Amino acid sequence: MEVGITNYKRCSLVDVSGRIDSNTAPEFEASLQKLIKNGIHNIVVEASGVEFISSAGLRSLLSSVKACKKEGGTLVLATPSKRVVEVMDLAGLNSLFTVYDDVTAAVGSF
Amino acid sequence: MSVDVSMGIKRTLTVPGCFESLAAIADFIAETGLDAGFDQDTIFHVQMAVDEACSNVIEHAYDWQEPGKINLQCDCQGQEWVVVIHDTGTPFDPALVPEPNLNASLEDIKTGGLGLYFMRQLMDQVEFTFDAEKGNKLRMIKREV
Repeated sequence: MEVGITNYKRCSLVDVSGRIDSNTAPEFEASLQKLIKNGIHNIVVEASGVEFISSAGLRSLLSSVKACKKEGGTLVLATPSKRVVEVMDLAGLNSLFTVYDDVTAAVGSF
Repeated sequence: MSVDVSMGIKRTLTVPGCFESLAAIADFIAETGLDAGFDQDTIFHVQMAVDEACSNVIEHAYDWQEPGKINLQCDCQGQEWVVVIHDTGTPFDPALVPEPNLNASLEDIKTGGLGLYFMRQLMDQVEFTFDAEKGNKLRMIKREV
């Protein structure tokens, strides 16, 4: 799994790719939590390169969106891969996340 | 190179019971599925279910300080893919695992049991057996439509 972060004026873009499973989810979640602790509460997670996400990965996303909302911000998804969409559908979690088809639109929403 | 799948495919893999093994397990499932002629969606579903099952073994059945091994056996015959996962860790009662409350609000959502839920959604059959001497066995079947 690889995580890249780009900081914009009103949000940060987290570009994640590879596998988010029980082995890599802690690192993924830690990268999001570090942003939140540093005062960044608006986050875009760009997930087009995520080839696999398990329940552990979903839990990381859920805990992070909760943490952002607690601070008055939010976490949105941009261009999720086919497999991310499928797993979120399976878990019935689509209503809990705002999803954008375009990264520019996601970043611009803040 | 063409693969004659008329006789079926049987593969086995044994890995250490730690999270670092999950990528190798996923590769094993993908290679087996491709060689047996299953489509990408079926392969992904089996990968998901097996990942969840093995993650549960690693997290709940084994002690992280002295993890045991996880043995996976695949038996692919025609449109049917049987996966058997064996471990020697602490057994559990699947009936006691709560169902996740996925219709709840963000504040109230509980994701405990999500892995087992995925396994049951993605596979056509999920069967646990526990034996004090032989260890724990999880048998899952996926039938490609």
